[in-house]
Amino acid sequence: MTADTLASPIPTLGRGHKFRFDQVRGAWVILGPERMFVPDEHAVEVLKLIDGTRSVDAIAADLAARFAAPAEQIRADVQTMLADLASRGAVKL
Amino acid sequence: MMAPPPLGLIAELTHRCPLSCPYCSNPLELERASTELDTETWRRVLDQASAIGILQIHFTGGEPLVRRDLPELVRHASALGLYTNIITSGVTLDDRAMAALTSAGVDHIQLSFQDSDAAGNDMIGDSRGAFAKKQAAAARIRQAGLPLTVNFVVHRENVARVPQMIDMAEALHAERTEIAHVQYYGWGLVNRAALLPTRAQLEAATEAVEAARLRLAGRMVIDYVVPDYHAARPKACMGGWAQRFINISPSGRAMPCHAAETLPGFVFPSVRETTLSDIWHKADAFLRFRGTAWMREPCRSCDRREIDWGGCRCQAFALLGDLTATDPACELSPDHGVMQAAVRESGPGAYVFRRIEKARVT
Ligand code: SF4
Ligand code: SF4
Repeated sequence: MTADTLASPIPTLGRGHKFRFDQVRGAWVILGPERMFVPDEHAVEVLKLIDGTRSVDAIAADLAARFAAPAEQIRADVQTMLADLASRGAVKL
Repeated sequence: MMAPPPLGLIAELTHRCPLSCPYCSNPLELERASTELDTETWRRVLDQASAIGILQIHFTGGEPLVRRDLPELVRHASALGLYTNIITSGVTLDDRAMAALTSAGVDHIQLSFQDSDAAGNDMIGDSRGAFAKKQAAAARIRQAGLPLTVNFVVHRENVARVPQMIDMAEALHAERTEIAHVQYYGWGLVNRAALLPTRAQLEAATEAVEAARLRLAGRMVIDYVVPDYHAARPKACMGGWAQRFINISPSGRAMPCHAAETLPGFVFPSVRETTLSDIWHKADAFLRFRGTAWMREPCRSCDRREIDWGGCRCQAFALLGDLTATDPACELSPDHGVMQAAVRESGPGAYVFRRIEKARVT
């Protein structure tokens, strides 16, 4: 483990938020206080990996391996996406 | 065409409440305890809600905590994967109630305050000692690790204290604060003259909210609901008639919004006899104003018709006696003048407090 991964934050779902699959809509949804939204497919892949133990870097590495994509690019995308979800309260960084 | 599934179920478990707020949006004819749905029926309703795609359950009232079976209903809803929200005045949220709700898996609690100080709070709720109990309830919600929304209903008498209300919410470590101007339905409409703020009061409150939003960005979300009476366009009431919510009264009548029972010429189906699926997809009360087909001018050709859905049907009826009229909150309504007249006629006055004695015996 490098110093870099150690410093990478571990995201969790925001307090009072749930992320689950809705059978009726056939879609993943985020539920929170007085709100609900349907994350896009990229966000869904990231959210599925949030388990309170994986860091942002670990999530990016996992996705880069699975989709055979350039790691740096994926890491930047994951960071932007998590920052966006965090600004809406759905994720804590 | 099948309507998309509803998002939320508003479960008015009871009209009983220890407080007596003169702006309560409950109907003037409050339903009595003896007419309330039993636990078994509510469990069945929750099963059906989950099956038709409802995602969030809002347990409300009256005061939902007066129902002993609230923890059981929360547990049932949670097990179905539904997001559970309790809207409470907090005065009976003691240690035992908090522990029962936490272990039942409640997701979120919205706690109402009537003012930022004890005198104002206990006067408007007509209940001495309520403020201190609410403060204790807020602390319990925090200790349980649950997200907290603090709600303030504002009106002529307390609107000047919006900054103090926000400070209080911050001190309580709330994630969200709702500053909601009174909506003029039910008891609120009866007390409109005494409750309506002046335009200057409204503008000062709006400025205070905007300043606080900047200061607290990233720490606390502030939701702000304005009164229609100083507005140029109406609100999309309930996100549009029968577009997002099903509201169930304590006795089991299903309506697109809690104020709808004032409307004439409707038969609201009961969950005792009808499934939520049939209610949502087939009941006349839900189909009648869903979408835009029912509209007349100026709504029919307006480019906002799918944004605000012509405003609130209950307000059109309450103020104009016409269910299909454009909401008079809209400047484009030929009857917009009734809103300004109400503002002119408002001023300090005595309240009619919400009382259950007026209740219908059925
Ligand atoms: S508005 Fe006041 S009286 Fe009405 S239900 Fe809420 S706390 Fe009770
Ligand atoms: S005319 Fe009707 S649709 Fe247009 S803004 Fe007014 S209320 Fe909304």
